Amino acid sequence: MQKLFKYVRESQIWKSVFRHGYPDTPRNRTLAVLSNVFLHLHPVKVRRSGIRLSYTWCMGGLTFFLFLILTLTGLLLMFYYRPTADRAYEDIFALREHVPIGVMREMHRWGAHLMVISVWLHMYRVFLTGSYKPPREFNWNVGVILLVLTLLLSFTGYLLPWDQLAVWAITVGTNMARATPLLGHEGPLASALSFGGIDFIHAGDDVRFGLLAGRFVGEGALLRFYVLHCVGFPLIAATLMAVHFWRVRKDGGISGPL
Amino acid sequence: MLSTLASMLPATLAAPLAGGGGGPVDDGPVAAAIKHAANWLTEPTRYSVASILALIGVLYFRRFFAKVWVVTAFFVFSTAFFVFAFQDPNFNSIITKPDNVPIIILFATVVFFSWLSLRRAVINDERTKRGEPTLEGELAKQKVFTWPDLVYSELICIVLFTAAMLVWSILITAPIEEPAATARTPNPSKAPWYFLGLQELLVYFDPWIAGVILPSFIIVGLCAIPYIDTNPKGNGYYTFEERPFAISFFWVGFLLFWVSFVILGTFLRGPNWSFFGPFEYWDLHKLEPMVNVDLATWVWVDMLDKPRPIDPFVREAPGIVLMVGYFLVLPPLLGKTVMRKMVADMGMIRFNVFMHLFLWFVLIPIKMGLRWTVNLKYFIGMPEYFFNV
Repeated sequence: MQKLFKYVRESQIWKSVFRHGYPDTPRNRTLAVLSNVFLHLHPVKVRRSGIRLSYTWCMGGLTFFLFLILTLTGLLLMFYYRPTADRAYEDIFALREHVPIGVMREMHRWGAHLMVISVWLHMYRVFLTGSYKPPREFNWNVGVILLVLTLLLSFTGYLLPWDQLAVWAITVGTNMARATPLLGHEGPLASALSFGGIDFIHAGDDVRFGLLAGRFVGEGALLRFYVLHCVGFPLIAATLMAVHFWRVRKDGGISGPL
Repeated sequence: MLSTLASMLPATLAAPLAGGGGGPVDDGPVAAAIKHAANWLTEPTRYSVASILALIGVLYFRRFFAKVWVVTAFFVFSTAFFVFAFQDPNFNSIITKPDNVPIIILFATVVFFSWLSLRRAVINDERTKRGEPTLEGELAKQKVFTWPDLVYSELICIVLFTAAMLVWSILITAPIEEPAATARTPNPSKAPWYFLGLQELLVYFDPWIAGVILPSFIIVGLCAIPYIDTNPKGNGYYTFEERPFAISFFWVGFLLFWVSFVILGTFLRGPNWSFFGPFEYWDLHKLEPMVNVDLATWVWVDMLDKPRPIDPFVREAPGIVLMVGYFLVLPPLLGKTVMRKMVADMGMIRFNVFMHLFLWFVLIPIKMGLRWTVNLKYFIGMPEYFFNV
């Protein structure tokens, strides 16, 4: 057995992948982190205080991991889902009826709920440890935008099952947009944008219409939310996550006393 | 067994809506008294006032609440209450909704982590007083290799977490309701759970404030925090005494006005957004009296004994004066008098940005309090322009 391990370890294939020995010496531990693009997100050494679970709560990492779970399960769900008013509900229903012990939709749904919670708790921890203070002001702002994006991802995903819960939750949620000052047809000052008796802001062109591609939650809204949910927001979130992690490194490393 | 339980959930959920299950329950005198007390205490007025008092109490007596046995007792008591409440069909039908499981997780984690942060803050504050380094300060000098110290704990977290997610996903099936029907409005219609705090504010404010202005200001306010908070202390460790205002403010904002209102909106708001105690049957016909009065009616009709003027600007003059005073006169007035030191510390721009965000935040409890005590509807009520404050 030992011999076999040794043989594999010394083969050209193994060595082409791992360019360092077993990480039990300072040199190899450094190389293990530096030569791996994923581990390279981390510095080689970290403050002992910063990685204590009772200090960090692990919520930021968990949020990122949930994002990965949701990307993977979401990708699989996309194979079985057509975002049209007459297909969407049937496809989700079929997923439940025809797949024994199918857990992809469950993982996606429960994971999405949890991601909202974990991102809140991450913000809570960062606030309580004062980790938004200089030099981390900018990264706190990136984090706030990521928090909003998490909610938007969840909100757009909420509509996709196309059942009563989905459609009416989105209806209630987007009804608020009607009341946007100036730009919503039931908002303050909307009537100020009226010239010679012609309303420039009405139910057919206000903010809510733009969000839903219609006057109510219909097929246009479904497609719009689907594209934003599967492509638009994840791309923006992934980009900002890269910025977020990068700035953690650049702005003094993981949180801890300066 | 659990999967059969899960498959029964939609049925138990639909029962009270169909008028089948729920309704009055035959209880012993003790159980009935507990349920009555819980229903009484969770009525929104008492719920909010009790939550504020509880928060102040916990922060003030933080040395007591930071003890391990206190939080253990709290969780034991909550679990016992939960087991007791589970027997009640009304409570059961709302709590066992699969989508409400995360709300329970939210409650438990928020309570636990608030306690944990408080405990570490109390320990750190005591250490600082004795002139010792904080818990974090002591360990921060030591640096460890990312491999294995950090990478391994990340791996363990990932494995345990994935296992938990799989078990949860196998045990509880993701629900799907009836197909979408734009003609049939369910009652209650609720926004996604994380927006229920804002939906709760719709009771007190019009959509343009509760749905547009306040969420925008929450985002702007969060972004502004690092630029407004000029206190250099408490960076990278838990503390309360070095930044009492910041921590208290965030506790009130996050724990009370966000998390606890999400819980209120999920469990205690039923048809027509009426309030229902945790052991109350969701009666579609529960009516709440509409006795709210505008400030204008109050001033013109009740105080001056005149009819309400026709011109909206004249009619709403008292409210407009009040709001202009609140938002435009109050900040410089405070800056010139009691908050002079704050202006000197922060500078004019920081002070004004902070005051305006703060005044919007404070407007929420003010309006809630006035609604409960004197049934105030609007300070300014101009439905002609959709402008109601």
